[in-house]
Amino acid sequence: MINSRFFPLMRKEFIHIARDRRSLLILFLMPVLMMFVFGYAINMDVKHIRMGICDLSRTPTSRALIEAVSASPYFDVTVRYEDPRLTGELFRRREIRAAVIIPREFARDLGASGVARIGVITDGTDANTATLAQNYLEGLFLERSLSAGGVEFPVRIKSRILYNPDMESSHFVVPGIVALLLIMIGALLTSVTIVREKETGTLEQILVSPIRGYEVVLGKALPYLVLAFGIAVFIIIFGCLWFHVPMLGSWSWLTLFCIIYLFTSLAIGLMISTLVSTQQVAMMLALVATLLPSVMLSGFIFPVASMPAPLRVVSRIVPATYFLEIIRGIMLKGNGPAELWRPVLAMIAVGLLFTVMAIRRFRLKL
Amino acid sequence: MTQPDAGNETNARGKKASGHDYAVTVRDLTRMFGEFVAVDNVSFDVKRGEIFGFLGANGAGKTTTIKMLTGLLRPTSGTGTVDGLDISNDRRAIKSRIGYMSQRFSLYDDLKVEENLFFFGGVYGMDRDSVEARVSELDDMLSLSGLENRMTASLPPGHKQRLALACAILHRPPVLFLDEPTGGVDPVARRYFWDLISTIASDGTTVFVTTHYMDEAEYCHRLSIMHAGRIVEVDSPARIKEKHGMTSIQDVFIKLVDG
Ligand SMILES: Nc1ncnc2c1ncn2[C@@H]1O[C@H](COP(=O)(O)OP(=O)(O)OP(=O)(O)O)[C@@H](O)[C@H]1O
Ligand SMILES: [Mg+2]
Repeated sequence: MINSRFFPLMRKEFIHIARDRRSLLILFLMPVLMMFVFGYAINMDVKHIRMGICDLSRTPTSRALIEAVSASPYFDVTVRYEDPRLTGELFRRREIRAAVIIPREFARDLGASGVARIGVITDGTDANTATLAQNYLEGLFLERSLSAGGVEFPVRIKSRILYNPDMESSHFVVPGIVALLLIMIGALLTSVTIVREKETGTLEQILVSPIRGYEVVLGKALPYLVLAFGIAVFIIIFGCLWFHVPMLGSWSWLTLFCIIYLFTSLAIGLMISTLVSTQQVAMMLALVATLLPSVMLSGFIFPVASMPAPLRVVSRIVPATYFLEIIRGIMLKGNGPAELWRPVLAMIAVGLLFTVMAIRRFRLKL
Repeated sequence: MTQPDAGNETNARGKKASGHDYAVTVRDLTRMFGEFVAVDNVSFDVKRGEIFGFLGANGAGKTTTIKMLTGLLRPTSGTGTVDGLDISNDRRAIKSRIGYMSQRFSLYDDLKVEENLFFFGGVYGMDRDSVEARVSELDDMLSLSGLENRMTASLPPGHKQRLALACAILHRPPVLFLDEPTGGVDPVARRYFWDLISTIASDGTTVFVTTHYMDEAEYCHRLSIMHAGRIVEVDSPARIKEKHGMTSIQDVFIKLVDG
């Protein structure tokens, strides 16, 4: 299968990588930068959420609840109002990003049945803040009701989020960034390295030799697979150390699935290299073709379940959709293949699809 | 080395034991890009051991012809053979019997001289030892010794050109294609390079070389003049001048291309 012609190609590619120190530095620093931007942007936003409170109950119980909310560092109660119908207007005027409505029957229900309802409304235009606000409030109320001595949770929270987000904190964001960066870096590296040889004419020089098409592809792809894998390990470890992202699952499974995912990204890069003839265009196309769908359609920011049907279909061929599920599952929930076989199989299928398409196109071009 | 029954084996200098006389034959070769005819019904033969020149202005179709012969482009129609092998059906077999130096002698600038040599030898299946042996054998001719550890980017154009030639002939191809090998180098280096080509050819290698420098035409054993995708003249430089009653190839060329 693979003969001695393949190794000089790989060797040469490693030399290119090692000699291009500047690119190498960028490749390792960019992920760190992105992780800071994404990780902290989300962390900083969640404190001091402006909140409106509409207390229709006006009882000592409801006032105690409000006090607890006001005391929390996460919320600044900026508006108190009487008419629940004003809620929408307050959100529209951007005066508040969360609201708590305590109904008239609150104290009565609590006294009669031990269970009462309150309304929590959050601004889903900032999906992360919305979920976070919701989670904090739930936690807060739960704590209150427990400290009140009740074993059962007496306050039923009726929540409504305008857009249903998926994330909670940097623990969700960091694995997401790993998914994003890996597909981008893989596609970028492969497409640029092949297109560069098109530009300089060395690709022709290789193609007149007896080396076979798949040897060229593998010989070029494998060194970048190694590099991209190194970057992956670097970002994951960095995320674990700096953002204290937990790693509950198995490193070996994560490694294996990472490699499968990287193959897919290399296939995308190969495909791009057959479509364009300059490095700049290759770079642009690689960024757009990987970042855009991976950010928008994978569930990184907007959960797949809340997308319109046509986009949900598109999201199924975005490899990041599956890898996101896999890496979050492994790192945050300690999942293994038993729980993750569906996204793993789907990711392999999508990867194979891209690889076959890319190799066919590459052959066609030769 | 030569076994009586090895009818299809090629020896080091590329003379096939079966003994056909032509290194390249081309019949009615045509290549279109959309509606545009880049190479238009071209036919010619190149004898073994010959320096065959392809003279033509920019856009005449020289590179396109070479690419069809080296298997980089498929012909739209017509046939051809290289070293006795069909250019449409035996592309893979042809590849190990040809050397090719593309129009922008393509080397890796970020590799050292010896790394380029090892790489190009390697894709032809040569290990480091045989590359080293071959390089020292070629060194009288190429005088690249002492430069092994230089970065290729830092070489002067004349040296780069010789290095590219070395990379193309490491594997001892019986047929060598050179596409404008002297573009961008100074007259002294050009002169030196043509001496190299003569040396290579005198060892039995067929050299197929394109150029648009008229003075270089004189170094070729035979010359074909190409214009707008067609071959307008093929013969030895002397015969061509005689036929047209002129003293320089340049005059003939201008007459053929303008007329
Ligand atoms: N891939 C392509 N697509 C479209 N047209 C092409 C392509 N390759 C070459 N051509 C056209 O075919 C014609 C012949 O090109 P070719 O490169 O063979 O010329 P050439 O004789 O090598 O010229 P030069 O001296 O500039 O190298 C030119 O007009 C060129 O524009
Ligand atoms: Mg040309």
